[in-house]
Amino acid sequence: MKADVQTPEFLLGLYRKMLLVRKFEERVKFLFLEGVMPGTIHQYHGQEACAVGVCAALRTDDVITSTHRPHGHALAKGVGVQEMMAELFGKATGCCKGKGGSMHMGDLARGMVPAVAIVGGGVPIGTGCALAFKMKNEPRVAVSFMGDGAVSEGAFHEAVNMGAIWSLPIVYVVENNLYGASTPYRSVMRAETIAERATSYGIPGHRIDGNDVLAVYNAAQAAVTRAREGKGPTLLELMTYRITGHSRRDPCLYQPKEEREAALKNEPIGRFARHLLAGKVADQAALDRIGAELDAEIEVAVKAAMAAPEPRPEDALKDLFVDQQGVKTCNA
Amino acid sequence: MQRMSIAEALRETIKSEMRRDPRVFCIGEDIAIPGGWGGAFTVTLGLEKEFPDRMINTPIAENGFTGVALGAALMGMRPIADVQYGDFLYCAMDQMANQIPKMRYMSGGKLTVPLVMRVPVGVTGRGAQHSQSMETLFMPVAGLKLVCPATAYDAVGLLRTAVRSDDPVMIFEHKKLYGSKGARAESGAVDGSSDIPDEDYTIPFGSAVVRRQGTDVTVVATLMMMHRSLQAAESLQKEGLSVEVIDPRSLVPFDWATVKASVAKTGRLVTVEENPKQSGIGAEIAATAAEEMMESLVAPVCRVAAPNTPAPFAPVMEEFYVPSVERIAAAITKVVKG
Repeated sequence: MKADVQTPEFLLGLYRKMLLVRKFEERVKFLFLEGVMPGTIHQYHGQEACAVGVCAALRTDDVITSTHRPHGHALAKGVGVQEMMAELFGKATGCCKGKGGSMHMGDLARGMVPAVAIVGGGVPIGTGCALAFKMKNEPRVAVSFMGDGAVSEGAFHEAVNMGAIWSLPIVYVVENNLYGASTPYRSVMRAETIAERATSYGIPGHRIDGNDVLAVYNAAQAAVTRAREGKGPTLLELMTYRITGHSRRDPCLYQPKEEREAALKNEPIGRFARHLLAGKVADQAALDRIGAELDAEIEVAVKAAMAAPEPRPEDALKDLFVDQQGVKTCNA
Repeated sequence: MQRMSIAEALRETIKSEMRRDPRVFCIGEDIAIPGGWGGAFTVTLGLEKEFPDRMINTPIAENGFTGVALGAALMGMRPIADVQYGDFLYCAMDQMANQIPKMRYMSGGKLTVPLVMRVPVGVTGRGAQHSQSMETLFMPVAGLKLVCPATAYDAVGLLRTAVRSDDPVMIFEHKKLYGSKGARAESGAVDGSSDIPDEDYTIPFGSAVVRRQGTDVTVVATLMMMHRSLQAAESLQKEGLSVEVIDPRSLVPFDWATVKASVAKTGRLVTVEENPKQSGIGAEIAATAAEEMMESLVAPVCRVAAPNTPAPFAPVMEEFYVPSVERIAAAITKVVKG
């Protein structure tokens, strides 16, 4: 593990963010299984280095698009823990006022388009954000996060091609967790890597260890810099592993036991903690303190979310159009 | 004041909106290729000369460029997308139905999507996949405004409103009404041209226009069918029937008040549409009439529409398929005379 920026503050910042994502997801899973949280959830356990490493290379006004598995991206981009937790509870104080939920988490004020829960659907949208930055001559960069499943979608091909031909300031980040839902990615593509697809669009593509947060950060930093300098898109394939179910209550019977056990040993937070300890960036007590602080922060958010007001049922009729024209309520 | 075809009116409006607002741009296939056609129907012809950086020619990638337009709109640009043939929107349904109309709603009203999708429609000798009237497909997709200019005057006013709206708008343009010239002229074209005032007028959505006053029956129709309904109304006048023709101009939002007032006067309602009858525009209007206008109605509502098949190619079958002036007149006569 190497980083261009090696200050302890930076490194511990990455650690804190990854741990925030993990603890947030663990708490959400618990609340969900307890039955107090509505809906369904797709969680990010094990992939934290991807979101955190990439977003560490972004500015607040850079913009990301995300997927049906968006909690990690949202936290990494700076969407507030409280607004996210409230959104998961379907509360009026949520970041989407309860109209988005888990799969549409986002806050453009923090540079995150509401997450797109149709596989591949966010890739053209991120490309359009980048087109706007280029047309307006703004030094901003877009990142489209997606899973390995998305590269089988036509939307991926159409969008990456447009990003390439127009040299747009965008980074296409594929988190390859080896499974599209339950389907092994090797069974749905013939090529060895997703990164090599970049060649067909005439852009650089790199396969990176997606469980090494510094490797992710370094690759993202280079790709973001390249994009910001007007040199066009990069495709990053981040190799990672989902150490939780695809969605709620998935026992992951399709993941071989040995593969899963190896993945648990390789999960990014433990790995980075060992790196920090070995490099004497922090001692175990310091890391434990971070964990305790995050636990407290998340508990505050849970309590606030549970106490927050429900939206009024008829608020369902709001927020469709700017002027609300065209909403015909039922006569009954 | 200047006489313009719909194609010219749309072109001049796009041009003036792009001059007025640097955020407005066009995106689509073949829209601005020097030596090309200015889109499939000449609407954007030559605009690349004045706006070389704001006429974005795309690959053939409808879902892709529709999503790109959405992303640009979210970042404060105001795209006018062109899909060549409405039928191609089936390739773009994720962006058109899942993303564009829902983005503002899912964000809790924090985002705006100022996006215009220009959609050429109408059966025009091209067979089943370059002919469909896509309006009815999008009517149930909450979050889209749907407008249908039947005249050049309306094309200008509705397009101005659309471009200046912060909501996504689909503008359905009928191929036979464009008045496209030269190699892009349509056979069987109907004159949709108007005198266009010099002033900067707009037409609000949800405001129908009574194209012809009448007392015996109300006919509701858009685009090409509105013109054919007018012709049918004129022919029936000679037989002593007084037909009121309403052009809603926008399907979402819909001007129910104008239709209700008319039905209250005439007691009879006929809808005319170029798309298949099943779940069509007429179905929505007839259902609303059943819910809210029964006290006015003295006869069953009649829906004139294409049959529930794809559009056929052979000219004789196509003529059979699309509601003709004669078919519309016969339906009106039956509703009035029983």
